[in-house]
Amino acid sequence: MPWNLNSDSPIFIQIIDHLQNDIVSGFYKPGDKLPSVRELAAEAGVNPNTMQKALSEFELTGLVHSERTSGRFITEDQKLIEELKTSLVQTQIKEFFENMKKLGFTENEILQLVKEHTDK
Amino acid sequence: MSNLLEIQGLFKNYDNIQALNNVNLSISPGHITGLLGPNGSGKTTLIKIICGLLRPSSGTVLVDGNPIGPKSKALISYLPDKTYLSNNMTILSVIEMFKDFYDDFDDNRAYEMLNSLNIDPRRKLKTLSKGNKEKVQLILVMSRRAKLYILDEPIAGVDPAARDYILRTIISNYDPSASIIISTHLIADIEPVLDEVIFLQNGYIRLYQPVDDIRANTGKSVDEFFREVYRC
Repeated sequence: MPWNLNSDSPIFIQIIDHLQNDIVSGFYKPGDKLPSVRELAAEAGVNPNTMQKALSEFELTGLVHSERTSGRFITEDQKLIEELKTSLVQTQIKEFFENMKKLGFTENEILQLVKEHTDK
Repeated sequence: MSNLLEIQGLFKNYDNIQALNNVNLSISPGHITGLLGPNGSGKTTLIKIICGLLRPSSGTVLVDGNPIGPKSKALISYLPDKTYLSNNMTILSVIEMFKDFYDDFDDNRAYEMLNSLNIDPRRKLKTLSKGNKEKVQLILVMSRRAKLYILDEPIAGVDPAARDYILRTIISNYDPSASIIISTHLIADIEPVLDEVIFLQNGYIRLYQPVDDIRANTGKSVDEFFREVYRC
């Protein structure tokens, strides 16, 4: 998936978001090895130090872990991945509802509109 | 000596004009630093002093612990803002010249990059477009295994696709013990590859901060922040 970094939030946070999406979407499977910092940095077009920082921060969540000499791996803990999925879904839904409310729709109207959209 | 570049109390006057005003700077190895500022803020003066092409009025500059001199110059790979190569030379002969001049020049790297950018090394420099000439010079500079790369406006005339390639080449090739200083006005393009940025204004350092700190503190990209700080 292309990296499409935007301009206003810190780059390392966007990198973490991107990796989370790649895990939830199944681009990376549980237990997969991540490319090296350098490869990921070149792919994303970011500074390797920034990539390093993002990966170190990301490790704190337990979704990836590093093995001293062999690199970084995606967790095999399905529960963690499910939790991540739930939290990403919640964020998306919350954001969608907030945006729709800004446009002046009530929750029921929004639900109705979503249903019409999927029925099409 | 842990810092690759250490500048203390640097002043430079041209007659009555103060070009640099008490510049202090420490850059550690493995960093890519953007040197930003409006026209006439002192960027090129600072770069030329680090490269030993101008003498400071006062202050000290150390490159990997060495004062400015032959030792410091051997550690620095410098891309000037103007071309200095003879237009009648072919790329091949320029590469031979660089091999003679610099012990740390890696010609395989140069040929590899020329190939990726579809530039025929048999061509004479004068037959190249402005952008391709710039690419050749940047390739020469980045093909050295230097400690400190100083690039003065490296991508101004280069098309966006080649810019991406060049930036990717820079980040995937440079040695983690080396550092790069890039002076440019094309902030948005190079912003993701920078560790930190220096904002110069009227010869002094207005700000010296990591890119992600600026984004986190201001909610803006460095490019937008620059436009705000230097609004005319």
